[in-house]
Amino acid sequence: MKRTAALRAVALGAAVAMIATACSSGGGSDEATDGTGENVTLTWWHNSNTGAGKDYYDQLADEFESDNPGVTIEVSALQHEDMLTKLDAAFQTGDQPDIFMERGGGELKAHVEAGLVKDITDDAADTISALGGSVAGWTVEDRVYSLPFSMGVVGFWYNKSMFAQAGITEAPTTMDELNAAVEALKGVGIEPISVGAGSGWPAAHYWYYFALRQCSQDTIDTATQSLEFTDDCWVRAGESLAEFVATEPFNTGFLGTEAQGTPESASGLLANRKVAMELAGHWEPGVMQGLTEDEQGLGEDTAWFPFPEVPGGQGDPAAQLGGGDAWACSNDAPDVCVDFIEFLLSNDVQKGFAELDMGLPTLPSATAFVAAPELAQLLSFRNDAPYVQLYFDTAFGENIGGAMNEAIVSVFAGSGTPQGVVDATQSAADLEK
Amino acid sequence: MTDVAGDLTPRGGHATRAAAATAVNPGATGQATAWSVAPGPRGRGASSNEWRKRLEIVFFVAPALLLFATFVVIPVIQAARYSVFRWNGLGPMDNFVGFQNYVMALGDTIFQRAVTNNMTIAVLSIAIQLPIGLLIALLLNRKFPGQTAMRVIVFVPYVLAEVVAGVIWKLLLQPQGGVNAFLETIGLGGFTKAWVGDPSVALWTVMGVLTWKYCGLAIVLLLAGLQGVPEELHEAASIDGASWWQTQRKITIPLLGPTIRTWMFLSMIGSLQLFDMVWILTRGGPDNATVTMATYLIRQGTERSQYGYSSAVAIILFVISFLLAAIFQAFVLNRDSGDDKPKQRRKKVSR
Repeated sequence: MKRTAALRAVALGAAVAMIATACSSGGGSDEATDGTGENVTLTWWHNSNTGAGKDYYDQLADEFESDNPGVTIEVSALQHEDMLTKLDAAFQTGDQPDIFMERGGGELKAHVEAGLVKDITDDAADTISALGGSVAGWTVEDRVYSLPFSMGVVGFWYNKSMFAQAGITEAPTTMDELNAAVEALKGVGIEPISVGAGSGWPAAHYWYYFALRQCSQDTIDTATQSLEFTDDCWVRAGESLAEFVATEPFNTGFLGTEAQGTPESASGLLANRKVAMELAGHWEPGVMQGLTEDEQGLGEDTAWFPFPEVPGGQGDPAAQLGGGDAWACSNDAPDVCVDFIEFLLSNDVQKGFAELDMGLPTLPSATAFVAAPELAQLLSFRNDAPYVQLYFDTAFGENIGGAMNEAIVSVFAGSGTPQGVVDATQSAADLEK
Repeated sequence: MTDVAGDLTPRGGHATRAAAATAVNPGATGQATAWSVAPGPRGRGASSNEWRKRLEIVFFVAPALLLFATFVVIPVIQAARYSVFRWNGLGPMDNFVGFQNYVMALGDTIFQRAVTNNMTIAVLSIAIQLPIGLLIALLLNRKFPGQTAMRVIVFVPYVLAEVVAGVIWKLLLQPQGGVNAFLETIGLGGFTKAWVGDPSVALWTVMGVLTWKYCGLAIVLLLAGLQGVPEELHEAASIDGASWWQTQRKITIPLLGPTIRTWMFLSMIGSLQLFDMVWILTRGGPDNATVTMATYLIRQGTERSQYGYSSAVAIILFVISFLLAAIFQAFVLNRDSGDDKPKQRRKKVSR
């Protein structure tokens, strides 16, 4: 009896101790990053987690540390999706790293409203003026919050030899020419275009471009501010899209096709020569390389042309749809953080960035160092564009953008209408006002 | 959003969790009363033995209760609190909107479609899997060469991880995938379809994969139930000249009742909370053809940073599951609980 009682007491003690340990190990210790002290630690999250890109960023951190005694940079190289998930959680707890990526638009606006991002308009004035128009997507009420380091535009990636096989000699520049190309490709038994409507946004890019062609820049800018979609150019964008979808240019089962990731995805179909073209951004050659066995993607057959003109629209036919990534500092980061992101946007760093094909540099002086010819061509369209419209789902934020994309996919499915897209967007927007 | 993350556990996991929850709940309330009573006797000078016993109970139950409260009760309460705010997850939660999120969810045609899909899947799962499961279980219960091998094969789909099975099916069901290639080879080229890309067939495709995946569970449960049917009854029936079918219909199936009802309960709860298979096959698409309440919650809620709204949807999902489970418990499973022994005795007499 006595022995059992003693044993019980021991068991109790052990249980209590275990719980206590379990609880105490949960409380992490946060190192103070104090801007006023001599020694400063900056935490930096980025998504170049493999190969030369990772080494390049590590090297930059070392370089900055030796130029600025007392500054330590803790680099976390994360896989892209992991980084986004961790960043979301970090923003919710207000525990974000000092230096992180911002995609701009509505997402940035939400972060600014919650007081999470540092206003760098004055501290980084020189770099901002060097970047010129690119910073527009990262500006909230005339204040700049991030420095874009890579920006691309969306256009048609296509297979040169398939175009030749169908007897298409010139890349289409108008909708009529695009429709003719679609017919020609069908004529030789090639599925013309793949679209990842299952992922939503790749399908939505068509509507965005039709809106960009139908609506004037003023109308779009006003709508971004007022969140009123009353102009009938928004409906006409949907009508243009419905007309195009009616010509049945897309791959079989496109409503269930995903954007990228598998050989059956929209990018995979183009990379594996199952379709002739796909509307996608500057990331496409890299994505395609990962989806073919020889890691070459389309190789020599890779080519690019910008989204065609749409007759009767009020938008500038040379305007491009695009987006990119920018470096931002946390609101509570030490001041040296701004120096670091300015360093990341310096001439030499952007040049190295371009040479390693890590993205499309935003600093005009560095754009000459992009090696791949089709990317250089894309870059020339970006630089010559009267303006680059940020992807609408990014510009309007996740909620309005999500509602918009959903309604656009239903136009692709034939169950939605052009007016339906505007209505869904407007009712989501009304909740944000 | 721990509660949302919790909703992503596999289908089978849900059933067990739901069962665990119902099992723990009465225990929890029982504990609470024991606690509130505890100080009384102590004050009146209860024997030290009794006092020690109570202390022991408290110490040994407390960790489990603590875990349950931390990971189940508090998240549910938090979700209820979030659900009355408009909140994007950033900054303070200060935009109180009352029941607007609930009104929006219930009025949304896509959510209504999700509820309809869930109900369709729940009904069809039982309607399709019960006859198939019963037939195969009866078949596998007879002695024949290779019986054990057959039992293993039949159970394999259920043992496969949900995600692995989903990815394999997804590849097979692509327009250029294995299923269409097979159909063409056997001369049924006219039946090839974009199985997961065509809104009019996607739900049936998902239903087919779910049947393939979960029939195994029904069969194994029913086989286990069949072991409980006494051999003597079969002998008695055959002496009375009953045919094989008569024996099954009048003896085996009625005696399988409790097993069937338990399986139906598990199947129903699993169907209502269905997420992973749909997420992998279609992500609720194409064009929301296969949306379920759980995929709706992720796509329209958390992926759009509408944490208040997705919490409201989570609470609605919770209430629907809870109500249906309670109704099922009250009207169906109740027959199997211990206090209706007289009924069983009556049955035996009538036989």
